[in-house]
Amino acid sequence: MVRPARVATVVTVRELPVEEYWLPGHSACPGCPAALGLRILGKALGGRFVLVVPAGCTTVIQGIYPRTPSRVPLLNIAFAASASAASGLRAALELRGLDLPVVVWAGDGGTVDIGLQALSGAAERNEDILYICYDNEAYQNTGIQRSGSTPLGAWTTTTPSGKRERRKDAALIVAAHKVPYVATASVAYPLDFVEKVRKAASVRGFKYIHLHAPCPTGWRFPPSKMVEVGRLAVETGAWILYEVEDGVLRLTGRSRALLDPSKRKPLEDYLRLQGRFAHLLRPENRGMLEQLKKSVEEAWETVKKILERGGRIF
Amino acid sequence: MARAVLSGNEAVAVGVKLARVQVVAAYPITPQTTIVEKIAEYVDRGELKARFMAVESEHSAMAACIGAAAGGARVFTATSSQGLLYMSEMVFWAAGARLPIVMAVANRAVAPPWSIWCDHNDALSQRDAGWIQLWAESAQEAMDMVIQAYRVAEDERVLLPVMVNLDGFLLSHAYEPVDVPEQSLVGRFLPEKTPAPYWIDPSEPRSYGTIAAPDTYMEFRYKLQVSMGNAARAIEEADEEWGKLTGRRYGGLVERYRCDDAEIGVILAGSWAGDAKEAADLLRRKGLRVGVIRLRATRPFPADELAEAVEGMDAVAVVDRAFSPGLPSGVLAAEVKAALYDRARRPFVKGFVAGLGGRDVTPLDFATIVELTLRSFKEGRGATEWYGLRGWRPW
Amino acid sequence: MANELPITAIAVPTKGAAGRTGLWRIERPVIDQSKCVKCLLCWLYCPEGAIVRREDGGVEIDYEYCKGCGICANECPAKAVTMVEEEGVG
Repeated sequence: MVRPARVATVVTVRELPVEEYWLPGHSACPGCPAALGLRILGKALGGRFVLVVPAGCTTVIQGIYPRTPSRVPLLNIAFAASASAASGLRAALELRGLDLPVVVWAGDGGTVDIGLQALSGAAERNEDILYICYDNEAYQNTGIQRSGSTPLGAWTTTTPSGKRERRKDAALIVAAHKVPYVATASVAYPLDFVEKVRKAASVRGFKYIHLHAPCPTGWRFPPSKMVEVGRLAVETGAWILYEVEDGVLRLTGRSRALLDPSKRKPLEDYLRLQGRFAHLLRPENRGMLEQLKKSVEEAWETVKKILERGGRIF
Repeated sequence: MARAVLSGNEAVAVGVKLARVQVVAAYPITPQTTIVEKIAEYVDRGELKARFMAVESEHSAMAACIGAAAGGARVFTATSSQGLLYMSEMVFWAAGARLPIVMAVANRAVAPPWSIWCDHNDALSQRDAGWIQLWAESAQEAMDMVIQAYRVAEDERVLLPVMVNLDGFLLSHAYEPVDVPEQSLVGRFLPEKTPAPYWIDPSEPRSYGTIAAPDTYMEFRYKLQVSMGNAARAIEEADEEWGKLTGRRYGGLVERYRCDDAEIGVILAGSWAGDAKEAADLLRRKGLRVGVIRLRATRPFPADELAEAVEGMDAVAVVDRAFSPGLPSGVLAAEVKAALYDRARRPFVKGFVAGLGGRDVTPLDFATIVELTLRSFKEGRGATEWYGLRGWRPW
Repeated sequence: MANELPITAIAVPTKGAAGRTGLWRIERPVIDQSKCVKCLLCWLYCPEGAIVRREDGGVEIDYEYCKGCGICANECPAKAVTMVEEEGVG
């Protein structure tokens, strides 16, 4: 199949559209990363797309009938169903001759837990949709309960003394389906996110972007620090920015310089800003902190080994 | 017009083809499988220009149908038993979203214990979902019903999804002669593209299915109820018009067999109506005036049509191929009693639960059921009985 | 009322879908325009879209909807934004 040449765009703030496709005065918490992500997504695609939104924060952020902040058509759908509803929607739009990107905008719960089956099915069928998971690392909308994407050691209402289990690596799970494009991104690096969205939208087949979304309400830090926390996640190596095109991985943006562990800031710089990790910095929890640090190092080791074999994921 | 020997499932697939469905998303489950296999063949051979999506679960099948219908396509899926239960959340969603989806259900018992054989508990478990529920007796009717279903679903007074029920194995896999109409004839009955107004439109962006606070939710649901009322008219009109085009009329919401002078009636839904009709003929030869009332629709529930059909009858047997644990009546028996409760004159109603998990119910069984009904009527005992339970006698 | 409703919950795009969210504020961002270097980072990072671009390339706050999260103040490289307590609070 002939694919259009990948457009390597370098995006600047100034050239982003001025128009807002997610209107102000919506229902999100002050400092909400999901709201920021939606704003940036709209600008990335110039408002030419359709959203499919499963149950989660974004359901509530829309507010209540008869008003919505979305200036693009948006289909709300049940929790587990976003990838399959999007598959059906895309099929219908294609049959109508409407070549409009269908974008799933789902939280981590609706992606790695209850939505995983539909996600996997859509990826296996290589459905022509862009699936974006905004990851605030817990079921924030229902009151901060742990999800399969909650990191090791994090406090949530259902892991009061810190999560014992490691998190799922959603991006690698999707990459294992051998789809054309998979990437990680962060709302703290919006231009990197825009580039990835645009690149994904220029590709036919299943695309996935896993977007880090630091949640002030759920992670327990002041809203003003939202972007800073997101930046520190990347600078300490806790979150890795990369993209996988046709099975070949490359680091992007800030993460490119961080393969060398000495270049990464100490993990504590990221953890100490967040109330959900406050207990981890106490001496009696040293063991769990070490485990968390080890899991970060292991993630980088995985990336290193992949890069050593020319970036081939598998 | 061509004549073919088709199974109930194959007839459904032909109906889907003639309805020019555009998106089919389905997951296999016995005994629905051959519906979807046939459709896959049609799509593969280019006989049906549709996107066929072999999804990874029934929940996703209905979700994909919802997405596609919201996008403006005519869609179809099929399932049975566990599959229907698994997609139940999305079944409710489809109706609340007011999408004209058509789904065939090859009725099968629910587990545990595992049973692949026929009963109606699967479909009836969804009776509160907001779907129109229709029941076919023959392969011919199954095909006709699928086509009529789109007409009814897409009617702007209705805009509700339609469930076409056919008995698992007993009808889904039974081969019968079927008159297959020309595409051009179907085209006069059902437009090529769905005229339903609910489309994702980039020039007028809207958010669908948002939160509705307590001040509006009830009104949205009431609108669904109003449309169900309209659906009753739409079903009758569709049957009438299809009758004019093909010569086949089924009676609208309710099929009445030898009811005009009947003193006792049998009320039921599904293919075993054929066996009940044979029993009626048998008993009439012995001098008992028996009629059969076959419910073609259970949602909307045809209360008025039922009341009319039972006029003159002293007693009716409502034979359920399902039960609701803890409810003293059978499922349809309870609904029949409720429908007739306020009428000035109403017959004695006796409920029977029979044929669960595919247990055979023959014309002789229906004759026995009628005789049991007569006896109960004389003795004033209206409680529902489980017919044919091993080791148990009715009294 | 049921007659005026659409067939299901179909919502129309509006500013202020949650009302005048500026009323949520405990403190408000104030831009010292003399310090502003027009980098547009505050505009980029505002989760509300409550920072508006001006003809002269600068920015101003839309106080009708600004929730006072303070990200703009935290991110401004020129330290041109200060968070000031709202009147009537504290």
